[in-house]
Amino acid sequence: MNFKRFILHRLLLSIIVIFGLSIVIFCIARIIPGDPARMALGATATDYALENFREENHLNEVLPVQYVYWIGGVLRGDFGISTMTSRPVSGDIMEFLPATLEVVVLAALFLVVGSIFLGTLAAKHRDSVLDGLIRVFSYAGVAMPGFVLAILLMLLFGYVWPVIPVLGRLSHGITSPPSITGMYTVDSLLSGDFKTFWNAFLHTLVPALALCAGGMFQEARLVRNAMTENMGRDYLAAMKGYGVPNRLIMNKYLLKPSLIPAVSCMGMDIASLMSNAFLIEVIFGWPGISKYGMNGMLAKDLNAISGVIMVFGILFVGINILVDIIVAYLDPRIRLGGGK
Amino acid sequence: MNRRKEAEIKKALAYEAKRKEERPVTSEKEKQIENMKKAWHKFSRNKLSVVGLIIVCLIVLGAVFAGYITPYPEHASAYVDFANSSKAPSSRFLLGTDNMGRDILTRIVFSFRGALYMAVIVLLIAVPSGVFLGILAGYLKGSVLDTIVMRITDVFLSVPALLLALAVASVLKPNLTNAMIAVTVMWWPWYTRLVYGMATSYRNENFVISADLIGAGKFHIIFREILPNCLSAIFTKMALDVGWVILIGATLSYVGLGEQPPTPSLGQMVSDGSRYMPDAWWMTVFPSIAIIIIILGFNFMGDGIGDMLSKGDGKDE
Repeated sequence: MNFKRFILHRLLLSIIVIFGLSIVIFCIARIIPGDPARMALGATATDYALENFREENHLNEVLPVQYVYWIGGVLRGDFGISTMTSRPVSGDIMEFLPATLEVVVLAALFLVVGSIFLGTLAAKHRDSVLDGLIRVFSYAGVAMPGFVLAILLMLLFGYVWPVIPVLGRLSHGITSPPSITGMYTVDSLLSGDFKTFWNAFLHTLVPALALCAGGMFQEARLVRNAMTENMGRDYLAAMKGYGVPNRLIMNKYLLKPSLIPAVSCMGMDIASLMSNAFLIEVIFGWPGISKYGMNGMLAKDLNAISGVIMVFGILFVGINILVDIIVAYLDPRIRLGGGK
Repeated sequence: MNRRKEAEIKKALAYEAKRKEERPVTSEKEKQIENMKKAWHKFSRNKLSVVGLIIVCLIVLGAVFAGYITPYPEHASAYVDFANSSKAPSSRFLLGTDNMGRDILTRIVFSFRGALYMAVIVLLIAVPSGVFLGILAGYLKGSVLDTIVMRITDVFLSVPALLLALAVASVLKPNLTNAMIAVTVMWWPWYTRLVYGMATSYRNENFVISADLIGAGKFHIIFREILPNCLSAIFTKMALDVGWVILIGATLSYVGLGEQPPTPSLGQMVSDGSRYMPDAWWMTVFPSIAIIIIILGFNFMGDGIGDMLSKGDGKDE
């Protein structure tokens, strides 16, 4: 199987997965004991209004027909009306998604860069204090729920050592930049407003840190372990013998194969990063899609819940394809289709 | 000379027969003890596993005897004592009190009950069903059943467990049972995937092929030949998963979708306490530490069980 066919195969598989996910989400939204119309309109709605609502939303049809209506809407980008905000869910998602992406992308960046950097450092200075510290932090990162870390960081930067702002996206008195992408940091850079950019960036910092810290130290451990394992390989000894500079060996011939296990885990980590965003956005008052989804869940807003999860599912599947492609790039055995 | 040799052989044979007759039970028992010693050696090679085991034992004991060992068992339910509300840690209240004046230590120990209960029930339901589907799909690789089961598994694994569990729990009524249902629904696919991989590789092994040749039924092959070989991997994953289930359970109860007050749960204590930050830091910090310790304990123990079960089950080495 060559590289193009490999990617095509993955894409086809993910379309099936997304289709299946839509069925699962639809089932979740319908297993609710109770009347969706009553939940949407509240206890005071008249029978006439309820009947009207059911008719409008095809709730009188059998479930498969309802699903066809629903998925038809989803394919056109229509997730229905949110009962919480009384606006189209797709509009809400478009409004709130950029804020989440801003944090998640920064957190993912921290995760990738930080884990590779720390892992390489730990592998170079094996059994040093730093190596031990990373080990301890990786255990703590496994065991600490995202919300606990977020609260602790909130305590640290909010009260004990207030050098970085922790609440919201911008400080008071700073107007939001003109909306281009919806991400404040990018927008302010595009419009050349560095003061706003710096402020927005500082606000992103702590939530991103809370999101990535747990995964980062675990990834650093993976990189470190793979590097120390590969260090003893014959091909590296041969290269040293040929007189290849140590730096080149470390940063290219040792690092590249050592990244494979970490990168395959990073997909999972970035995915769990996004699900952790569900709690962290609420804690930091970050007006993103996760906070919107969380509020929707607490308000039993079915359209909002299914819309948000659908969007997340598509994002996850996309990330996984990306990770597969990167792993294939790093690992010629997969790319060229030889071996296992 | 010859006769003497014969006599010696006879004697030896008689001794052997006598030994077999007399001590079959003890030798079996000795073998068991030997095996257990070996297993313990493997388990305790890593000191962290022993630490994990001790933590887990303490937590289980604490949960079982919570009513006897905690200083104020009555504080574990709807109890109000405003005279002592929000007291800092002291010799009377070791970890302080919450805004209702209830002892935090007591409530933490009582909340172990719900956490362990949830982990046990979730795994007892999710693991057998996941394993059953995985082994069936793996043995019948290429069949329609395989395709259906594994594609459904892919769908569930495409979204992180926490997200779908949150969604399921949110549409149901918030309580512990529904939180368990939500987590169970998300948990089985991991076991299906795990066992599927093993079953597909075992079905081409000689022991399965020869069982097939002598006419063993499918049922026998799946449950008597393939399943025992998967058990050590399944148990290792289960031991590690106890911690994860508790983590997700704490997250659900943190957002109010788990155990409902006044019954204490760790996530709910963290969330209630965080409203009184930073002045009453003990309300948040101690339950958080309790969560971290539980999960670390189960993870360390799980790693040890993994070491113990790896390479020949510690039996036939």
